[in-house]
Amino acid sequence: MRGSKSLIDNIDWMTVGLYLILILAGWLNIYAAVYNEQFESIFDTTQRYGKQLLWIGTAGVIATVILLIDERFFSTFGYLIYGVIILLLVAVLLVGAATKGATSWFEIGGFKIQPSEFSKFATNLALSKYLSTLNIRMKELKTKLTAAAIIGLPAILILLQNDTGSALVYGAFILVLFREGLSGNFLLIGLVTAFLFVITLIFQNDVYQLPFEMELSGGWMLIILLFIIIGLVYYFNRKKKQILLFSAVIFIACSGLVKSVDYVFNNILEPHQSKRINVMLGIEPDPYGAGYNVNQSLIAIGSGGFTGKGYLKGTQTKYDFVPEQSTDFIFCTIGEEWGFIGSFVVVGLFMTLLLRILFLCSRQRSAFARIYGYGVAAIFFFHFMINIGMTIGLAPVIGIPLPFFSYGGSSLWAFTILLFVLIKMDADRLEVL
Amino acid sequence: MKQYESRQFTIGAIFLVVGIIFLIRLFYVQVIDSHYKLDATNNVLRTVVKYPARGLIYDRNGELLVYNEAAYDLMIVPKAIKEDFDTTEFCDLLEIPRAEFKDRFEKAKKYSRYKASIFEKEISARSYAKIQEQLFNYPGFFVQTRTLRTYPKQTAAHMVGYVGEASPKIIEKDKYYKSGDHIGISGIEKQYEQVLRGKRGQEVQMVDVFNRPKGKFQDGAFDTSAVSGSNLILTIDAALQAYGEKLMQNKKGSIVAIDPSTGEILALISMPTYDPNLLVGRERSKNYGKLSQDTLKPLFNRALMAKYPPGSTFKSINALIGLQEQVLTPSMHYSCNRGYSFGGRKMGCHPHPSPVDLEYSIQTSCNAYYCNVFRSIIDHYSTAEEGYNVWRNYVTNFGLGKKTGIDLPNELSGFVPETEYYDRYYVKGRWHSTTILSLAIGQGELGFTPMQMANMVTAIANRGYYITPHIAKEINGRTITEFDSTIVRNETGVEAKYFDEVVEAMYKVVEQGTGTSARIDSLQVCGKTGTVQNPHGDDHSTFIAFAPKENPKIALSVYVENGYWGSRWAAPIAGLLIEQYLRDTITRPAIEQRMLEGNLIGTVPKIVGNAGE
Repeated sequence: MRGSKSLIDNIDWMTVGLYLILILAGWLNIYAAVYNEQFESIFDTTQRYGKQLLWIGTAGVIATVILLIDERFFSTFGYLIYGVIILLLVAVLLVGAATKGATSWFEIGGFKIQPSEFSKFATNLALSKYLSTLNIRMKELKTKLTAAAIIGLPAILILLQNDTGSALVYGAFILVLFREGLSGNFLLIGLVTAFLFVITLIFQNDVYQLPFEMELSGGWMLIILLFIIIGLVYYFNRKKKQILLFSAVIFIACSGLVKSVDYVFNNILEPHQSKRINVMLGIEPDPYGAGYNVNQSLIAIGSGGFTGKGYLKGTQTKYDFVPEQSTDFIFCTIGEEWGFIGSFVVVGLFMTLLLRILFLCSRQRSAFARIYGYGVAAIFFFHFMINIGMTIGLAPVIGIPLPFFSYGGSSLWAFTILLFVLIKMDADRLEVL
Repeated sequence: MKQYESRQFTIGAIFLVVGIIFLIRLFYVQVIDSHYKLDATNNVLRTVVKYPARGLIYDRNGELLVYNEAAYDLMIVPKAIKEDFDTTEFCDLLEIPRAEFKDRFEKAKKYSRYKASIFEKEISARSYAKIQEQLFNYPGFFVQTRTLRTYPKQTAAHMVGYVGEASPKIIEKDKYYKSGDHIGISGIEKQYEQVLRGKRGQEVQMVDVFNRPKGKFQDGAFDTSAVSGSNLILTIDAALQAYGEKLMQNKKGSIVAIDPSTGEILALISMPTYDPNLLVGRERSKNYGKLSQDTLKPLFNRALMAKYPPGSTFKSINALIGLQEQVLTPSMHYSCNRGYSFGGRKMGCHPHPSPVDLEYSIQTSCNAYYCNVFRSIIDHYSTAEEGYNVWRNYVTNFGLGKKTGIDLPNELSGFVPETEYYDRYYVKGRWHSTTILSLAIGQGELGFTPMQMANMVTAIANRGYYITPHIAKEINGRTITEFDSTIVRNETGVEAKYFDEVVEAMYKVVEQGTGTSARIDSLQVCGKTGTVQNPHGDDHSTFIAFAPKENPKIALSVYVENGYWGSRWAAPIAGLLIEQYLRDTITRPAIEQRMLEGNLIGTVPKIVGNAGE
């Protein structure tokens, strides 16, 4: 190791600065969210804000330790860390404590540890290590399958814990695979599938009146529309090779998807999940059931106006109208008390952080560090997108935390580790040959 | 991987697009859309449940039996209660002790800090007027209106039943009910719950921090209005019911009156009764406790649940069975020497001329005659078992020993033993007609409800059949017989021609026999007295009757516990009720007076005279 001076010189202080700002803002908002006249001190450790301060302090220690560890530690022990986490995920299924229907916690003393938070980091390490191996080509089927297995294994174990939200996060790794050469068609197929799924849900229950007293369900109407669109595309490209076969396959795949939506929706998704999706799509207004959280969240954010009601003055917050206020719906407090200005700043901070991470990635010499960096960006992005998206009614209610803002030690530690390992590797980038 | 370097810009673009979409959406939600831009003072939502008014209940003549009165539930939202809340003043207003306030507040907090729960329920309109003026001083409290049952005629308590709060058990079983909902717990209220309850609605209000409603949330997009329950018209004649209850005051027993041509229940009386208004609102549980501890068992619905042996009134049925089985003819004579001797034993009888024929046997209620009739029915078959089964089949065809199917909950089926019962008791093949001879005179193991007895009378009045008795006449303007397929004509298996003799004899009972105290001038009343042996105390007085003889309009059974002979209490009461129903006047005020003054709950007043039966 070189002297600590060079470490301090080489650290990307902008990322560290963003991290500190986000964490401080998060802490102040948790204070506002659970603000209680009885326990006014922000340092009161019987309250969440006091506890969060403890988590922040320990996260600082963890960050420092990471910066002092040799960066080769992470690439060398990537698979080992991954293996240990997988074992923990299995163990939590057997002996874990259940909270709100999910068995994803270890209880040690008074504290609860959630291994699924750390498995994102471990998976990212393992995936980076695998993809940075020499002679790996994304085009090969074996590569795709191995990568899918590395990502899928923890995701399935977390699904078994009944924590669908955390499992979905692993979908974010598709961005990493894309960056490393996965065909853009996969992203496109993902998008088209999601789009068709949503469109079908919205239209399938409609019935269209046709001439001669015929009726057509929304599902069949969509299939006819697909036929016309794909037919037109085929017609204009009919000179191209194999376009007929290609169009036919696409048409059959899309039609199959449309017809299977019902099945997936009713048989594969849990009732509360289907309900949340329906509420988000506005198919089922339900402000007191599944839509309660979102509706209250929108009222809280909307009532903030342009400048907000002022720190600690949010009434929605005070009256506990938004459940999970300090965890999943922490963004409400920001929107209500700081208004659009506050929301803008927070979204801006996250955007800056994400783009800064992309910038860090682009200057890495080692493939491992670069891929790892994209993993960090993808995970942060996914959390950011789903969490804020659900509070403003753009995403279904999936209970995953907003990095650095939501209350919770495991997630804060996990996001800190994710970010500081990248900062460490970035600081040592010049040493990589 | 240089070849994919440009993809970092695609990824960056995806990030930016999502960020920009979020900012646009946030700008829309926070700045442009007033839909969410609720003022900070009135964005507290409150769901007020709109309780439906229960359906009203009328008697057959349109007299209102049950209606609703407004009452108020005081709701609490613990989180909205301010630091400077004046507990003392508030407790004075509500007239509750401070400790009670604390208990309830803690209970509400336990349920939810920000959802409303009931703090004080069913406050009467009068008490509410006072509270209403002050309520705005107490943020965190508001009022929810609902209705409570009122019974203007204070009659027919058992039949109408009562309404209570849905228990956790019911809520778990039936998804419709929520905590705080009312549900019919007994009587008509329970039987026709689905008809009467209506549909709950809700209103989502915005309330400011001073607890003042600020209008509807999203213009009432999530509001639903309550739908009142359907009205119910009963077959009951409220005047007859009330008159019967009056005649039965200070007595235990039961009266059931039915219109034989339709099976409509005209009166269903169980005494002692209680004022149905006692089981309403805040006082209900206290009063219920008192009533359930009363040794006279006022909550027990004798009309449907008490089992009495039919006594001598049952002789008419044995006569009919004998006639149909052709082991008896009207001219058949049997002698009676103060009773009937068999195998060294004797069933006693009172002194009367002998021998007697069928008509006179009913008139004078001769025990020996029916011992002969019963034995010839049973012994007509090769084994007692076979004969008994034939006899039993007729009895059940008269609606006895099984539920009549009346549309009220908790009806009991009464008891006519099966052969297995006697096999167990006396060893199979070792019992004979003489073993069970007490059935001949309506004693022994037989146990029928007053409801079943009245129904049996309708079968006699109709000369061979009865219509399933029922108490609902019209639901929301539709006659019940139009859609209730359980109301049917039930045949007894005894041909009409055999009834003439028995009906004639029953007419004579009232004209010149044991039932003259039920006689009404120029009205052909048919009846039969009975004295029910009671091992626990004084015998019960009973009387069955119908009138007029041709095209009967009313059939009834009267039981007066510990009243001795049927002629003493049951017959005069039956006569008064028939006159009241058919004539709407009382021509024998002396008898009426004696009935009203009669008190059988304390000691039985000694009344001299009256022949036995």
